[in-house]
Amino acid sequence: MSLSHPATFDAYSGAGQVNGELNLRQHVLDLDDFLPSEIASVLENTRSMKEVLKRDIKKVPTLRGRVVVTLFYEASTRTRISFEEAGKVLSADVINMGASGSSVEKGESLLNTGLTLQAMGVDILVVRHPHAGAPNFLARHLTKVSVINAGDGLHAHPTQALLDLFTVQEHLGSLEGLKVLIVGDVLHSRVARSAMWGFAKMGANVTLSGPGTLLPLDLLRPNGHLPEGHCLASVKVDTNLDRAIVGADVVMALRLQSERQVSGYLPSMREYIRRWQVTESRLASAKPNALVMHPGPMNEGIEISSSLAHGGSSVIEEQVTNGVAARMALLYQVSIFPGVNGSPKALE
Amino acid sequence: MAEHQIMNPDDIRRALTRVSHEILEHNRGIEDLIIVGIQTRGVTLAHRLSKNIEEYEGNQVPVAELDISLHRDDLQHRSRPMIKPTSFPVDIRDKKVVLVDDVLYTGRTIRAAMDAMNDFGRPQQVQLAILLDRGHRELPIRADYIGKNIPTSLEEQVKVRLTEIDGVDEVAILRRED
Repeated sequence: MSLSHPATFDAYSGAGQVNGELNLRQHVLDLDDFLPSEIASVLENTRSMKEVLKRDIKKVPTLRGRVVVTLFYEASTRTRISFEEAGKVLSADVINMGASGSSVEKGESLLNTGLTLQAMGVDILVVRHPHAGAPNFLARHLTKVSVINAGDGLHAHPTQALLDLFTVQEHLGSLEGLKVLIVGDVLHSRVARSAMWGFAKMGANVTLSGPGTLLPLDLLRPNGHLPEGHCLASVKVDTNLDRAIVGADVVMALRLQSERQVSGYLPSMREYIRRWQVTESRLASAKPNALVMHPGPMNEGIEISSSLAHGGSSVIEEQVTNGVAARMALLYQVSIFPGVNGSPKALE
Repeated sequence: MAEHQIMNPDDIRRALTRVSHEILEHNRGIEDLIIVGIQTRGVTLAHRLSKNIEEYEGNQVPVAELDISLHRDDLQHRSRPMIKPTSFPVDIRDKKVVLVDDVLYTGRTIRAAMDAMNDFGRPQQVQLAILLDRGHRELPIRADYIGKNIPTSLEEQVKVRLTEIDGVDEVAILRRED
C-alpha cells in the first residue's frame, strides 16, 4: 500500500490529512490549525496514554532511540517536568536545556541554538519562549526536527489546552454545548487563548470574564472583526462574574500576576478579589457538577479561594496528571509523521 | 483491486466453533485460562470465542484487550495513528493466555503483543489463535489454533470484516489488477 504525501499540506505547521483518522503533522504550534476531528483523535490517544501511566510498569518502547530536547527560555515546573516524564515513559531520551548555563547566555541566537540541536540529531524540540511566535519561527527553519510549543509569550499554550479539554471530556462526557467560563487576566494568558480555540472548535460555548482592562477588547464587540461562522465568533465576554457564572459547566480561573496592579490594569488587589475571585458562593450559581480548573501556578486567595482550589469540585491536580498523558499523545503524534527524522522509508 | 470472498458468515462461525473446542480440548477446560484479543478485530474475535466457550462449559473465560501500537518496531512505516484501549480485567501472572488476532502474516504484531503483555506479568503459557493464516512469516512464530490457512502472494491483501465493526462477516482477498 502506498502512502502518498498528504493532499493538503500546510508547510507552516506540517498538518495534512491522511487516512481520514488522525492528521499527520510535524509540529504542534497552536490549536488554531487543528481540525475538530484531529483534536478528538488526540484526546482519544490521551486516554490510552493515561492507561499506560496507571500500569505497574509505566514504560513502553514507542520512542526508543528518539531524542527529545526541552528548550525552556522561561521558568516552568509542571510543563517541563511533564514533558520530561512523558518522553521517558515512551522510552525517548530526554535532555533538558535552559537558557541559563547554555550558550544562550553568550548571546547565541534562537535560530543558531535550534540549528545546533538539529545538527546533533535531536528529533523533537519542546520550546518555551517569552516571545510570541518563537516556536513557529523554529518550525519554519528546522526541517528535520518536530517543534512542540510549550508556551510562547502571550500567544499560545496548546498542550495545556489539550489537557484541559481532556480533563473536561473525561468528567462531563462531551464538550459539545458546554458552558465554559474563563475568569481573570485573559489578556496576558496564552493558556486562555489556546483554550478558547480548543473549546470553541469542539463546540463548547466560551465566556470570558474579568476586569475590562484585562480582557481582549476585540471580542467585546458583537460580530467584531471575526468573519461570519468563525468558531471564535461565539465567544462571549461579560465583566460581571456573578452574572457570567450562572449555569457554567466549567469555571477556569487564570493566574493573576501581581505586576498587573503596578502597571495600572487594576485599581487594587482587594477590588479584584471582591469582584473576580472564584469562590464557593459564586460557584453555587454554576451547574451542580461544575468543574473548577486552574492551569497553575495558583495564587490562592487571589484568583481562587483556597477552599475551592482543594475542594470537591476542583480538578486542578487531575489537570496535572492528565498533562503527562496529553503530552505523551502529542509526542507520539509528531513521531509518526513520515519523512522527518531520517525515515524516508515511511513514504514507500 | 479485484476482491473475492474466501470465507462467508457460516465459514467464520464454523471455524470459530472448531477453534473454541480445540482451545477447550487442549487446555482441558477453562481453568486459569484468559483470552487476550489484539485490537481491533482480535478483540471482537476474543469475545466471540469467550461466548462460545461459555455456551459449552457454562462458565465465562475472562477477556482482555491489548493494543500494540506503542510496541511496534515500525512506528513510521505504517499509518497506525490511533491507539486503542488496553485493559486487563484480571491478573495474567501464572495464567494460560490465548492471544487472538484476525490474520497471522509476518508475525511482527504477535511479537509486539508478547512484548506488550510482559509489562502486565509473566503468564504460565501463551498460545495463539488466529482466524486466518496467510503465510509469509518474518519471525519464528506459529499459531496453535487456526481458523483457515490461505496461501497468498505478497501482492495480495487480506481483508477480515466482522459484523460488530464492519457490519458484515466475511474474509476477502484483494488482488491488484494490472
